[in-house]
Amino acid sequence: MTSSDPARTSASTSPASFEAPNFDAIVIGGGHNGLTAATLLAQNGRKVIVLEAAESTGGAMRGFEFHPGYCSAGLAHIVNRLDPDVAKLLKLDSKGRRAETLPTVALSPDGKHAVLRGGYGETIDGISQAEMKAFAAMRKKLVFQAGILKRFLKRRPPEIGKVGMSDLSTFAGAGFSLITKGREEGRDFLRMLLMNVADVADEYLSDDRLKGLVAFDATLGIHLGPRSPTSLLGLYYRLTGETDGATGAQHVPQGGMATLAPAFENAAAAAGVTIRTGVHVTRIVADRGAATGVILSTGEQLNASAIVSAIHPQATFLSLCDTAELGTGFVRSISNVRSKGNVAKLDLALERPPTFTGVSSADHRGRLVIARSIAHVEDAFNPAKYGEFSTDPVLEITLPSLANPDLAPSGGATLSALAEFAPYDLKGGWESGKPAFEAIILETLERYAPGLSKSVVASNLMTPADMETQYNLPGGHWHHGELQADQLLINRPVNAAAGYATPLSGLYLASAGSHPGGGISGLPGLLAARHILSERP
Amino acid sequence: MMLEMNTRRALQGHIATPRFETPFHPRIAAISETSDWYTWAGYKAPHSVFDEELEYFAIRSTAALFDISPMVKYRIAGPDAERYLNRLTVRNVAKLSTGRVHYTAWCDDHGHVLDDGTLFRLSADTFRLCCQERHLPWLLDSAIGFDVGIEEETMQIAGLALQGPTSFAVLSNAGFDCIERLKPFQLADFPHEDGSVTISRTGFTGDLGYELFVPAEAALSLWDRLWTAGQLHGIRAIGYAALNRARIEAGFIVANADFMTAETALRADRARMPDEIGLEWLVDTEKPNFNGRKAILEARRNQTLKHVLVGLEIEGNIPADGAIIYHRKKHEAGLVSAAIWSPLAKRNIAIASLTRPYGTRLTEDLWVEIYALRELQYQKMMKRARIVPRPFIKLDRRAAAPPGLF
Amino acid sequence: MKKCDVVMIGGGHNGLVAACYLQRAGLDVLVLEKNDWVGGAATSRELTPGFLYSNCSYVCSLFRPEIMRDLELPKHGLQVIAYEGGAVFTRDGDYIASYRDHDSHRREFARYSKRDAEAYDRYARDVTRQCRFIQPLLMRTAPDPFSFKPRDISELLYLGKKFGEFSAHDMAQTLRFWTMSISDFLDEYFETDVIKAYLALSGIIGTALGAMSPGTAYVLLHHYMGEVDGSVGAWGYARGGMGAVTQALASSFQASGGTIRTGADVARVMTRSGRATGVVLADGEEVRGNLVVSNADVKRTFLKLVEEDALPETFVHRVKHFKMRGSSGKLNIALDSLPEFPALPKNSSCIRGDLHFTDSMERMERAYDDWKAGRYSADPFVDMVIPTTLDPTMAPPGKHFMSCFVQYCPPQIEGRDWTDADRDAFADTVVSQIADYSPGFRDRILHMEVRTPHEIETEVGLTEGNIFQGELTFDQLLFNRPVPGYAQYRSPVPGLYLCGSSTHPGGGVMGAPGRNAAAEILRDLKLKPAEMSPAHDVI
Repeated sequence: MTSSDPARTSASTSPASFEAPNFDAIVIGGGHNGLTAATLLAQNGRKVIVLEAAESTGGAMRGFEFHPGYCSAGLAHIVNRLDPDVAKLLKLDSKGRRAETLPTVALSPDGKHAVLRGGYGETIDGISQAEMKAFAAMRKKLVFQAGILKRFLKRRPPEIGKVGMSDLSTFAGAGFSLITKGREEGRDFLRMLLMNVADVADEYLSDDRLKGLVAFDATLGIHLGPRSPTSLLGLYYRLTGETDGATGAQHVPQGGMATLAPAFENAAAAAGVTIRTGVHVTRIVADRGAATGVILSTGEQLNASAIVSAIHPQATFLSLCDTAELGTGFVRSISNVRSKGNVAKLDLALERPPTFTGVSSADHRGRLVIARSIAHVEDAFNPAKYGEFSTDPVLEITLPSLANPDLAPSGGATLSALAEFAPYDLKGGWESGKPAFEAIILETLERYAPGLSKSVVASNLMTPADMETQYNLPGGHWHHGELQADQLLINRPVNAAAGYATPLSGLYLASAGSHPGGGISGLPGLLAARHILSERP
Repeated sequence: MMLEMNTRRALQGHIATPRFETPFHPRIAAISETSDWYTWAGYKAPHSVFDEELEYFAIRSTAALFDISPMVKYRIAGPDAERYLNRLTVRNVAKLSTGRVHYTAWCDDHGHVLDDGTLFRLSADTFRLCCQERHLPWLLDSAIGFDVGIEEETMQIAGLALQGPTSFAVLSNAGFDCIERLKPFQLADFPHEDGSVTISRTGFTGDLGYELFVPAEAALSLWDRLWTAGQLHGIRAIGYAALNRARIEAGFIVANADFMTAETALRADRARMPDEIGLEWLVDTEKPNFNGRKAILEARRNQTLKHVLVGLEIEGNIPADGAIIYHRKKHEAGLVSAAIWSPLAKRNIAIASLTRPYGTRLTEDLWVEIYALRELQYQKMMKRARIVPRPFIKLDRRAAAPPGLF
Repeated sequence: MKKCDVVMIGGGHNGLVAACYLQRAGLDVLVLEKNDWVGGAATSRELTPGFLYSNCSYVCSLFRPEIMRDLELPKHGLQVIAYEGGAVFTRDGDYIASYRDHDSHRREFARYSKRDAEAYDRYARDVTRQCRFIQPLLMRTAPDPFSFKPRDISELLYLGKKFGEFSAHDMAQTLRFWTMSISDFLDEYFETDVIKAYLALSGIIGTALGAMSPGTAYVLLHHYMGEVDGSVGAWGYARGGMGAVTQALASSFQASGGTIRTGADVARVMTRSGRATGVVLADGEEVRGNLVVSNADVKRTFLKLVEEDALPETFVHRVKHFKMRGSSGKLNIALDSLPEFPALPKNSSCIRGDLHFTDSMERMERAYDDWKAGRYSADPFVDMVIPTTLDPTMAPPGKHFMSCFVQYCPPQIEGRDWTDADRDAFADTVVSQIADYSPGFRDRILHMEVRTPHEIETEVGLTEGNIFQGELTFDQLLFNRPVPGYAQYRSPVPGLYLCGSSTHPGGGVMGAPGRNAAAEILRDLKLKPAEMSPAHDVI
C-alpha cells in the first residue's frame, strides 16, 4: 500500500491511478476474459483495475520467444469463436481487422487432401459430389442444432428454482425454433444432443478424411474419444462459434495472433481500466461470506466491492481463497471439477517455410489437420485414459509466421501444432516423456511434409504440465475445466457458482471455467460483467 | 491411500464377528442378567442389563455405568485445529478453553445439520469430537486448506459414562484425587495404572455425572476400579433403555431419532437446520465463517425455516412416541419423536417436531393422537399437549460445585 | 386356421408378459416362438444331464413385482431368492467383499480405506435417491415431447413435477449424474481403485461402453433400480434358473386360455392396405390376427419382418441407425464340485454371491478398448455366480452350475465371423482367469456352453447379440427408445406393436416394456385390463 511498493515499477498503463488503491472492481487475470469483463465494467462507469501476474496481458494469447528470433503466439493459434458482441464492445474489428476465412485441410497420407472452405466446409475440395451432399446435410443439421444451443451460450445459465422471464423466453425461443422446423427436426435434436460424434459422422459420411476431421474437432481439448457418448457436444460447441458472421469459420487476424492480446488490452485501457502487470495476487480477502479485496505478494491490499476472478476456478478458490471462508461442500465440488489437459503444443522454429505434400501454397495459411479417420482419433485417445500419450497422435497445424512474418527471422518460419492426446498426469512424468512425444510428433509431421525435420532450428513442446506453470492453469486445461455435459451450463464450474456469482458475495468468476467455456470468445467475461452490472447497478 | 496388503489381510477376520465387542464387554456380559443386546454402530451393546426400569432409578438415585465406547470419536490436532473446528462447527471454538467441553453441531453448505456431538479441548491444538454418526470423508474434506490432522479413534479409545447422584462419591472413593474440582463441562487427566484417564463432567442424563475415556487396553482395569469403589455407593451397570429415559427427561435430542442427519436422509426434505431442531442457540453468527452460515442466515432472514423442535407435556400418562400432533384436532402439525412418562417429573413428556407456524405462531390448541395397543386392541385417544421448555427436569446436583456425595 | 385377436411374435419374457395381460383382458392371443421352447433370453435349459443352465440372463432383480403379482406368477411356480454380496479378487492375493450387513460392509471396505468405507454411505444414499426418482417412470409410457396431445403433455408435466421434487442442488446433481461416466462419478466419492472397480461393474454390464464413457452412471442405475421384495438394489436367483420366470409366465398365460406355438418361426408380417393383418411363418403358413405384436427387437422387426416400403423413410433411417452392439459373452459351466478360492476365508458367504477378478479401473477400461478394436477382451471382466449354492434344483447334489457373464465380446471378430477356434480361445481366456484364482478349476468342469453375441443372435434372435435389445444411451432412452415419435409401443404400421426391450424402459428381465405395451394396445382397443397394478409407491 506504500509508494515504495516494488510491484509498481513494473509495466503499467496508468501509473496515475496508484494514488487511489480502492476500486469498484478488481479483475484478477489479464486474459481475454478478464480484459473483456474489465472493459464492459469500465464502460459503465466503474473504476476498474486489472491485475496480471505475468509481465504482459493476454493470458493464453500471450506470446513468447522460444528461440532467439522465433516467437510463439501463445496457446491459441487460430480464432474461431470470438463473440461478435465482444468484438463490437472492444471495437476489435474497427480497424479493418477483417481477415480472410481460412481453409481447413484434412490431410491424407496419400497427399489427396480434403479442403474445407468457408464456414466449416460450405464448400469442400477433393471429395466426391455425393460426399459433398452428405456433408452439407450433416452440416445443415448440426448448424441448426448448434444454433439452438447458442441461445443458451449467449446468456447466463438459468438458476434452478428461480427461472425468470428472460430464461423462459430463451426456452420458449429454443422451443419455437424447434417447432417451426418441424417435429422431426425437434426429435432429431433431442435424439442427437448427447450422442457421440462417431455415430453421427457414420450416419452421414463415408469419407474417412471428413469423418476424422469432425471427430478431431469434436474432441480437441476434451478428454473424450469420438466414440464416447456426448462427444458431439464438442462439435456443437465449435459450430456455435462464428467469424464475421460465418458459422464455424476461422481466421487469423491480420498481423497474426500476436495482435489480439494488445487489442484487448488497448480496448480496456481506452475504457479507462487500470492495468497492472507483474503483480501476483496471493489472497482474496473475505470475511464471513463477503469478499472485499485482494492482497498482493508485496503485502499490498486493494479493496473493491466487486472482485472478478478471470483465472481458473480452482486457482481462485483453492489457491487464492482461505477455504475457511468457503463451505466444505463447495470446496469438495470445486476440487471435483475435472480439469486435466489433453493437448500439448509444439512450436517449431524452421529454417524455411515447410511444404506439406499436396497442399497448395495458399492453403498453407490455413489449418492443417492430421486425423486420418475416426479410428485414428479414437486410438489416439485410448492411451490418455491411462496416463499415456498417443503413439500415433492427431494434430492441428498452423504456420503462424505466414500471417505474421515478425515471428521468425527473415526466410525462416514457425510451425505451431496442437497434438492430442497428451495427458496432464503422464505415467512416469513428462520429463522423460517429453522428448519421446516430441520425436513422435516430428515423425508424424515429416510424413506429411518431407524434409521438415531437417529444417528444424529449435522446438518447444509445451505439455499440459507446462501450461499449468506457464499460464497458471490448474491441470493445464485450456477450457479451465472439462467441457463435458456434466460440467456445462448450471454445472459450470459447479452449480453453486454457475451464474458468475459465487458463495462469497462480491466475488465473481469470469474465466473459461464459467459458462459457456473456453476458446477465444470473450463470452464468460462479457456475461460475468453483465451480471455484475445487474447485481450492482 | 490404499492400505498395505499385509495390513489388509490381517483385518480379514472381521467377518467372523459381525458384531464387535467393546473393551468393556467381558464385564458387562458377566453381570448381564437379561442378555438383552442390540447393535449400536456395529457393536454389541446392552439394551438392558438387569431391569430397564430399575436401571433408570440407578441413574437417578445412585450411580450408573454406561458403556459409550461405540460413540464415534475423532482426534483433531494441529496448529489449525481451532480454526478448522470453528469453520466446521456452528459454535465458537475460540471460546472453548483448554480443559473444557462443549456441545455443538455441524452443518453442510445448505445449513442442514450433519450431526451433533461433544467437542473436548484436550490442549490448545488437540481436540476430541464425539458423535453418533461417522463423518471421516466430511472431516477430511473440511481439512483442505488447513494444517490439521484427523484421526478416527473409536476403536482405540474406550468410553464410560458414570452418571447419578453418587457418581462423584464413586470417583472419589476410587482415588481420583481432586475430582471435586471438576466443574460442569470441565475435563482433566487423572492417573490410572501406568497411564491416565480423561474425565469430563459431562453426560447425557441431566444428572450429576462424568464421562471417562481411556485407551482400550486400560478399559477393564478402569471398570474394575470404578466397580470396586462403587460398591458402597450403589453402582449399577445399565443399558440404553434406561439411559434413553433419562435423556428424554433431560430434553436431549438424538441424531437419527429426533432428527435426520443431512447425509443419511434419503428424502431431501428430511434434512433440518439447527433452528429447526432447537439448536439455534449454538449458532454463533458473529464468529468467523462456518459451514452453513450463509444458508442459516438466509433462512432466518427470509423466514423459510419449516420446522421447530419442542418439548411437550401431554395430559394423561400414556407415552406418545411416534404419535401425530394435530392443531385443533384437525390439522396435522407434527410428530412426536420421543416420549415417556417421567418418573422424576411425574408428567407425560415428549420431544416433538412441528411444522411451522405450529410451535412458533400457533402454540395453543395442540393435540396428540395416541394409539395404545393393549392386548391386541388399539385404544385410540386424543390428548391435549402443551409446549413446555426443555429440560423437563432440572436437578441442582447436576451443576453443584463442588459436587455433593449423593 | 382361425383368426386370433393378437399374434405375438416371440415368446421372450416381455412377449409373454404382454400376452398374459392381453389374454386376461379378454383377447385371444397366440404366441409364436421360433425355438422349441419359450423364454427368449430368460431360459433354463438342460444341455447336459442333471444340470439346468440359465443360458442367457442369470440373475433376477429388475423383474417388476407388480407384474409378478398381477399375473399370479408365484402360483405358477416363480420364486426369487435374494443372494448376499460378492467379492472382487485382487491380484495381490486379497479380495474385497460386499456384505448385506452394513457394519460388516463398512469394515470390509475399511480394510482398504477408512475414508472410502464411510464414503460408501453417502454414495449409496445418492444413488438410491436417483433410483427413487426413476423407479416410478419404469411403468409409464414415455411422453412424446413433440406430439402436443393432452396425454403427452400431462405426462411431461408429471415428469416435471417429479423432477421438481428435488432441491435445486439435487436437480443440478441429477443432471450431472445422468451424463457422467461411472468412473468420474465414483472418483467423486472414492480414492481406492479396487473399490471403484468393484462398484463400477454395474455401469458396464451388457453395454457397449466402457466405465470411462459418459452415460455409464445411468447404466449403473439401470442395474440398481431393481429390487427383491422391496429391498431396492438387491439381486436374487430365480429358483430353477431364469427359465423359471418365463415358465411361470407361459403357465399363467396358458391358464388364462392363451395359446403358445413353438417351432413357429415368423418370416414376415403381413399387411393389407397398410395395416398388419397377421404373419407368415418360415414354412409359408399364414397366421392371421387383428393385431400383431413383436417381442423381437426393433431392427429385426422392421428391417427383416416388415417390407421397407411400408415404412416412412425417416423411420427406416433411424431404425437402421439404432445401436444394437453386442458386447457380452457367456460361459455356462457344469462343475463336478464347488470350486475353491483360497483367497477367501473358509465358509465365506461370498461364494454365494457374485465374484469378479477385475480389480482396477484401468483393467476394466482396457477390456473395453479390445472390444472397440473388434476383439474379445484379452483380460475380460467376468461376473461369475454359482446359483446352485442357494438353489438346489439346478444341479445334482454336490455338483454345481456356474454362470460366467463376460464383458467384452464382439458380435464379429475384427469384422469377420466367429470360428470354432475363436470361440475356444475366448472360453479359454475366461477359464484361465478363473483358474488363476481357483486351483484345480479346470478339472472340475464337466460340461461347458460358450456363447458369444453370435450364438445369442442365432438362438435368441437378438440383433448383434445385444442383451438389452439396444444400447442404453441417452439417444435411445425414454421418448427416444427405440425411435423418436414411436416410443409408445406403436409403429408406423397400424396394428403392429413392439413390446420388447427395444422399447422404454429398456433391457434386463424387467417385464415393464411388455406390460406398458399391453397397456397401450388395450387403450387403442378401448379395453380395460383385468388387473394391471400401477407402479408401487416409492415412499
